[in-house]
Amino acid sequence: MTTTPERARVQPPPSAVDTVTLTSETARKGDRLPRWVLKTISPIVLIALWQLLSSVGVLEDDTLASPWTVVQTAAGMWADGSLQSAVITSVIRVLAGLGVGLVAAVVLATLAGLFRRGEDIIDAPMQMLRTVPVIGLIPLLIIWFGINEEPKIILVGLAVTFPLYMNLYGGIRNVDASLIEAARTLGLGWFGQVRHVILPSAMPQFLIGLRYALGTAWLALVFGETINATSGIGYEMNKAREFFATDIIVVCLALYAILGLVADMIVRGLERGLLSWRPAFSGK
Amino acid sequence: MATGVQREVTPKAVSVRGLTRRFDDRAVIEDLDLDIEPGQFVALLGASGCGKSTLLRILADLDRDVSGEVTVPRKRAVGFQAPRLMPWKKVWRNVVLGLPGKPNRERAVAALTEVGLVHRVDVWPKVLSGGEAQRAALARALVREPDLLLLDEPFSALDALTRITARGLVDEVWQRHGCAVLLVTHDVEEALALADRVLVMQDGKIGYDAPVDLDRPRDVTDPEFQRLRAELLARLGVH
Repeated sequence: MTTTPERARVQPPPSAVDTVTLTSETARKGDRLPRWVLKTISPIVLIALWQLLSSVGVLEDDTLASPWTVVQTAAGMWADGSLQSAVITSVIRVLAGLGVGLVAAVVLATLAGLFRRGEDIIDAPMQMLRTVPVIGLIPLLIIWFGINEEPKIILVGLAVTFPLYMNLYGGIRNVDASLIEAARTLGLGWFGQVRHVILPSAMPQFLIGLRYALGTAWLALVFGETINATSGIGYEMNKAREFFATDIIVVCLALYAILGLVADMIVRGLERGLLSWRPAFSGK
Repeated sequence: MATGVQREVTPKAVSVRGLTRRFDDRAVIEDLDLDIEPGQFVALLGASGCGKSTLLRILADLDRDVSGEVTVPRKRAVGFQAPRLMPWKKVWRNVVLGLPGKPNRERAVAALTEVGLVHRVDVWPKVLSGGEAQRAALARALVREPDLLLLDEPFSALDALTRITARGLVDEVWQRHGCAVLLVTHDVEEALALADRVLVMQDGKIGYDAPVDLDRPRDVTDPEFQRLRAELLARLGVH
C-alpha cells in the first residue's frame, strides 16, 4: 500500500490486483478414475513387489513365503478343512468375549453415567483397572481358569470392556444439557430423557468405542491363542512357527486382517444405520 | 406436579407472588409480583442479565430453587433462543416428542402445516435452515395446545428477513390459539409489534408495566407506536 502524506488518492495501475481463477473442483484430473480403482492400486502394487522380491530370490521362503505360495497354502488348508475350523473357533471366541464385555461395559457405563452414586462407586476403580495391560493378566487367567475356552473369552471380554466403558460413559456425560432441558419442557420424564435424549446422544461415541474394542478384541485373541491353545488361528500360527512354515503364518495373519476388516465393516454399517441423522465430513 | 407449583383453578394464566431467586448471595429476582391474563400477549424487556430469562425459566419449571408463590398452567410450552430439536429424530418425531401415547404422525403433520413446514416432515433437523428449525420448534410447542407459551428470545438468532416472517407467524398462531404468551426479548420494536402489554424488568422486579393499545397489525410509523418506543427505550436506559 502506498499512501502519500497529502492523502491524495493513488490510482493503482491496471495490473496491480493479484487474482486467482477459481475452477470447479469436480473437474480435477485424478477424479477421472473411479475411487475404488484408486483405492486398490496401492495394495496391488505392494503385493506385486513382494512377489517380485520372492521370485528373484531376495526373499527366501524361510523368511517370508511368496504371495503365490501363500495362496496355494490357503487353498490347501481350505481343502483339508483346517482353515475353516480355525476361523470358526477364533470367531466364536471373539464373539463370546465381545458379548461378555459388551454386557459388562453397557451395564457399568450406564450406571456410572446416569447416576452420581454409580459414578462414585464404579468410575474410580474402572479408571484404575484401565491402566493395567490386559495381556499382563494372562498368567492369572491361566491360574484361575486353566487352559480351556474361559481364559481366552475372559481375556477378550476384558480387552473390550474398557474401551466400550470409557466411550459410553463419556458419551453419556457429554450430552447437551440444553437438549435435556428442552426434553423436560416437553414433559419427558427421567426414562423418556434417557431413551430419547441421553442414549441417542451417546451413540456416536459408543460406536467409536465399539470399533476400537473390536480392534483390541483381535489383539487379545492373538495373545490368548498363541500362549495356551489347542485350536484356533493363533494356535495354527504358533504350530507353524516350529516348522518355519512362513506360508501358514502369513495365511493366519491374512485371516486376522480379513476378520478385523469384516468386523470394521459391520460397525461402519451400524454407524450408517444408526447415525444417518449426522451429516459427516467425508474428506476432500 | 410437585412442590411450589400449585394445583388450582385461577382466572389468571400466570400468578406470581413474592418471587425471589438468588444466585449465591445475589438476588436476581427479588420479591417479584406478576399476573398474566389468559390469552394475553406479554413482552418482557430488560437489559442483559436483569433476570428476565431467569423468570422465564422459573415459569417453565426449569428452576425450582426459588422462594415465593408461582402458579402457572399445567399445559405450558417453551420456545428457546436455539431450536433445541433432537438431531437424531426426524422433524415430525421431534414435534410430537413427549406427547402421551404412540408418536402421532398426523398430529405432527397438522402442526407443521400450520407453521408452513409441511414439506420438511421427514427430514433430519440438521438439514433445516435456522428459520425452518425455529418454525419446527414452534410447531413442537403448539402441538401441546398450551395455555401458556413461553418464548425466550426466539428470533434473536435469525437473520433480519427471517425474523420478520417468524414474528408474523407467532402473531398469527397466537391469534388462532388464544394462549397466553410471555415473550422475552431485547427488541423494543418486536415487543411493540406483538404484545398487548409490555413489561420492563429492573432490579429484580417488574419496573414498568404498560398496555399497548394499538390496532393490529401494528404500524411502525404510528405516532403512538413511536411514543411508546421512545418511552421504553428511555426505561431501558437508551437515549
